[in-house]
Formats: sequence, C-alpha cells, structure tokens
Amino acid sequence: MFLTKFSGLAAHAIKDLVKAPSFTWRTSYVPVIQNNYAQALRRKSFCTTADKVSEEGREEKQKVSVTFVDKDGEEIHVKVPFGMSMLEAAHENDIELEGACEGSLACSTCHVIVMDVDYYNKLEDPADEENDMLDLAFGLTDTSRLGCQIIAKPEIDGIRLALPVATRNFAVDGYKPKPH
Amino acid sequence: MALFGKLRWISRRFTTLAATPLRICVVGSGPAGFYTAEKILKAHKGVEVDIVDRLPTPFGLVRSGVAPDHPETKIVINQFSRVAQNDRCSFLGNVSVGSSVSLPELHEMYNAVVLAYGAESDRTLGIPGEELGGIYAAREFVWWYNGHPDCRNLAPDLTSSDTAVILGQGNVALDVARILLRPTMELAKTDIASHALAALEESSIRKVYLVGRRGPVQAACTAKELREVLGIKDISIQVKQADLVTTPADEVEMKNNRIRRRVYELISKAASSGHSPPLPGQRELHLVFFRKPDRFLESEDRSGHVAGVRLEETTLQGYDLGKQIAVGNGVFEDISCGMVLKSIGYKSVAIDGLPFDHDKGIVPNVGGRVLADSFKDVPQYETGLYVCGWLKRGPTGIIGTNLYCAEETVASISEDIERGVLTSNSTKPGREGLLQLLDSRNIRVVQFDDWKRIDTEEKRGGNLKNKPREKLATWEELLQVARK
Repeated sequence: MFLTKFSGLAAHAIKDLVKAPSFTWRTSYVPVIQNNYAQALRRKSFCTTADKVSEEGREEKQKVSVTFVDKDGEEIHVKVPFGMSMLEAAHENDIELEGACEGSLACSTCHVIVMDVDYYNKLEDPADEENDMLDLAFGLTDTSRLGCQIIAKPEIDGIRLALPVATRNFAVDGYKPKPH
Repeated sequence: MALFGKLRWISRRFTTLAATPLRICVVGSGPAGFYTAEKILKAHKGVEVDIVDRLPTPFGLVRSGVAPDHPETKIVINQFSRVAQNDRCSFLGNVSVGSSVSLPELHEMYNAVVLAYGAESDRTLGIPGEELGGIYAAREFVWWYNGHPDCRNLAPDLTSSDTAVILGQGNVALDVARILLRPTMELAKTDIASHALAALEESSIRKVYLVGRRGPVQAACTAKELREVLGIKDISIQVKQADLVTTPADEVEMKNNRIRRRVYELISKAASSGHSPPLPGQRELHLVFFRKPDRFLESEDRSGHVAGVRLEETTLQGYDLGKQIAVGNGVFEDISCGMVLKSIGYKSVAIDGLPFDHDKGIVPNVGGRVLADSFKDVPQYETGLYVCGWLKRGPTGIIGTNLYCAEETVASISEDIERGVLTSNSTKPGREGLLQLLDSRNIRVVQFDDWKRIDTEEKRGGNLKNKPREKLATWEELLQVARK
C-alpha cells in the first residue's frame, strides 16, 4: 500500500517535472513543485490508514476552486488540479480564454484579472518576461496576470479571475493602452 | 401588408437556417483573416467561410513577418490550421484579388467579403537620395530572410562596408538589427531562409545604428524585443549619456504609459552597465536618438550606391500627451554606411473598386463596415463589404490586437445578418462559383491540403539541417510541391 502510494506520488512529481520545461525560465515554478510535494507527503501518511471516503476527500483536496468571470459577468466555477495553469484549466472547461502561444510566454492573449488583491499578492511576482507581455495586454489593471503563469496551488484556493472586457475599449483608430 | 411583412420575415429567418448557407469570403490569411474566419464560424453555424490569399502559403506575417528566432510567436499557426480544417472553411491560396479575380466579381459571388490583406507596401521618407542602391525597406529585408517568394532575389548588400543604418526604432527595426548582429550559429537553428543565412554568414556588417527622431522615452519598440537585442552575445551597446536626460514632459509620458517607462529603464540600464568602448572586432549596436534623416549620400567610387546618411539633430516640441514632436535644429552630422534599412512603417495597397483613404493608408470604415463615401455626414456603407486588421486600422499592433479587431468586425457582420442586410436568399455561388471562374482563367488554386504538402516538404528539409523547417522560397518550388 505504502509503495503504491509512493509510486503514485513519484509519478505525480515526475509529471510536474515533465511539465516544467515550458516554464524553465520561471524560477518561481520550483517552489510550486515543492509545495505540491510536501502537501502530498503529508497526505500520504494520512492515506495509508484511510478508507475509500478519505480517498475521495484526497482527490478533492488536490484541487483548488477557481471562479472565472466571463465578459458578460457570468461566473464559472471550476476545480483545478495542483500544478495546472489557469490557461489549461480554462480550456479544459470550455472557457473562452485565448492562448495564441499555448503558454510559451510569447503573447498576452490569456490575460486575466485577479479580482481580489489579497489573492494577487499570494502569487509570485511576475517575471520580466511576463511583464513584457502584460505591457501589451488589453485593459491592463494593477492585478493583471497571464493565465498561463498562474499555477494552481493550495494558497490560491478560491481565487476569482475576470476575463478582460477588451472589445468595448477597442476604438477604430487604434487602441490606446490604459494608463497604468 | 403586415402579413406580407411577417411572411417575408419568416422566409428570411427560414432561409438563414435552411440549406443555402450564407457565404463569406475573407481576403488575406494572416492573423486578421484567420481570427475573422474563426469568429464568424463560431458565431454563425450556417455560414461558410473561404479564405483567399495571393500566396500559395497561409498565415501572412506569422510566416513572413515574425522573426525566425521567435518560434513561440508562431505557435498560433496551430490554432489557425484548426480553423482552416473546419468543415465550413476553405483556404484558397494563389488567388490574387485584383488580378486572378476582381473585387466586384468576388462581391457578386459571396454574400459578404471581408478584406484583411494587410499592408504590403512601405511609407517613404521623401528625402534626396532615397532611390540609391543599398537602401531597402525593412519589410523587404524581413521578407527576404523569412523566405517570402517576392523578395527571394533581393540580394541586400551586406559586404560593401562594416556599417548598416536602420532608420526607425520600432520592433521591426529591432528585429532586423538583431538578425544583422546575432551570431549566425544561433540563426542556423531557426527557420530562417537558407539564402539569407548564407548571405549573413558572409556579412561584413559589424556596426549597426538604430536611429530615432525622438528620445529614449518615445522609442516605438516594446520591452521584449529591446531586451533581446540588448542581450545579444558579445555585443557592445553604445548610447550617449546626454540622450538619457528626461524632461518633465517625458516624465508625464512615462507615468502614463507603462511600455514607455519600461523601455526607457532598459535603455538607461544598458547605457550605464555597458558603457565602455567596444573591443576590436566586437559587434556594436548604437542607439542614436534625436536625429532625423535629411538626405542619403551617394558613394563617390560606386555610382548609384549609398555611402552614408546625413542626419539632422532634433529637439522635442509640444507638451501634449504623447505628442512631443521632433523638430530639426539645423545641426547636421553624417554616418558612413553601405546599407540602409528604412523601418518607418508599412502601408496598405489599394485595389480596384475599393474605397481607400490614401492619406491614412486604410480603407475608410466604421467598426469594420466599409464606408462608401467618407465625406458625407450620414455614413453610407458598401453592402456586404467589411475590413479587418492593418487595412482597417493601420499597420500597428501585435498578433493579439487582431483578436479584438476581428471581434469588432464580426460584431458588425452579425448585426447585419440579424437586421437582414445580409441574407442568403439571393443565390450566391460562393466557393463553387469562384473555383469555376479561376479554373476558366487557368489559375491553379492551392488548397489547404496542398499547403500541407508544402509544409511537410519544408519540415523534411528542415529536419536534414537541424532546423524546424527549410522554407521553399520561390514561386516555382512552392507551386511545384503544392501540385504533387
């Protein structure tokens, strides 16, 4: 039992490591793995003695609740597994968040606005590369991030993310970036 | 009468849902064209979209504009390819609107036409000597290294001197500077055209001047591109300390614009950290501010060829937000060079039968609806004619800008469908009619499956050279592989 759990855990960690290359320039990703690892370790000792009910509880605990608020103000509640980016989460749940560069930090189309500043502060600071892309995002705010750079972790459970209402700011003569 | 109106309404509603789909043609297969097509297909289940392009290859500037060392930016091609392979969408390449088929003909065959063919020409400076050899539009140089078949034979002069002057400081200017200065070993791993790589390997250019009329606060580039060019391996960055002094108006500009502030910070950081004279043989990048080109100087021993640029010093005037203008102060200096790249903006080209604002270089429009007569107080629209992308708003912005641009144009189309301006009850032959017409004119259409053959061939060629793709860069090769 212990062994099975452990190998499951290892697989989980490997999965994260495999994912890592696309984020290698983002040093902050490492702590995410560590968190994940520590969290899973704590749970492991708990699970070895547990029954099916807590097994389900465990499944639930490895996810965070995220609310997307779309352009019409409609709220979409989703559960996102640890380690998954908000861009991937949006796509898995058919939420209309563009991802032109598929999470490689080369565009700003997955721009989201963290609706609560406390949650915004819980995230690692954006890297220069992310800020370079945010420079070009439509309707930039003080709590804007790229969806591909927000990775699900326990601290952000309950985060609310708004999809920017950019079209209404779009002028025929060209968009002027909002002062920031 | 009321009943008749009702019946007509019902019949109109019925036909939108019935077998005859609304047929829309998008001209141009760059980001504006593909985002437009994607949004139309998503919003209207009964609409068919054909995307025509004058080239045998799709994706416009994603293929021929985005620098070869920016592969991540090109990933959006995956999304566009899914759109092209939608059952209700077709890509029809090698079809030039204006010569293969006229715009009125296209307009006749489709319920609506969306023009998204971008900007394939260049602004000019209008100063003496502009026609000299060795002076190129940055667009031509970009097309050349990106394997655009129209610039395959540009043969830019990279060997007659060690200096190139780039006029302009936008992202295109930075791209071309980077391509000129980056070690070719690094470029060899990209999808750069092989003819360009070979020429760059022989290049004698060691010194590149990036010249801007205004100061470091007004430089038109973005932080990412600047960071890259400043970070080229073993390069010496030269900036005059005096140019970094800011005025209160500059401070206001930076306070109101995050990009301007971050660009300025990067420039001043580079100036302070790397301000030592270049080592012998080291490549140099000079950021030159407050200078405007006055004339090009002709070579004495090589008639008809450029030997330098005369620049006039400028000072900034006017305190309107973001509107500080560079005015010459009568002090001149010359930079000797064997090559000049003008990176001062693209320009759209008009086609017959299309309203066109020659001053702005765009098609007059409101929300993407083409204006029939822009001088009248009450706007008159061309029925079923729309515009998107650079042709609609001028040649600025990034790929993602087209997302919002397309959303606006498609909103106008949707409104016109709802209001009954666009209906499918008039018989429009659409794709079938167009293909017949092109066939009668012996024009060989390159469809998306044909493009996939080009794509496969390019990837195969790239594989042999350890690069993502080896672009086919002549019309003959492209059409030959497409026909296999």
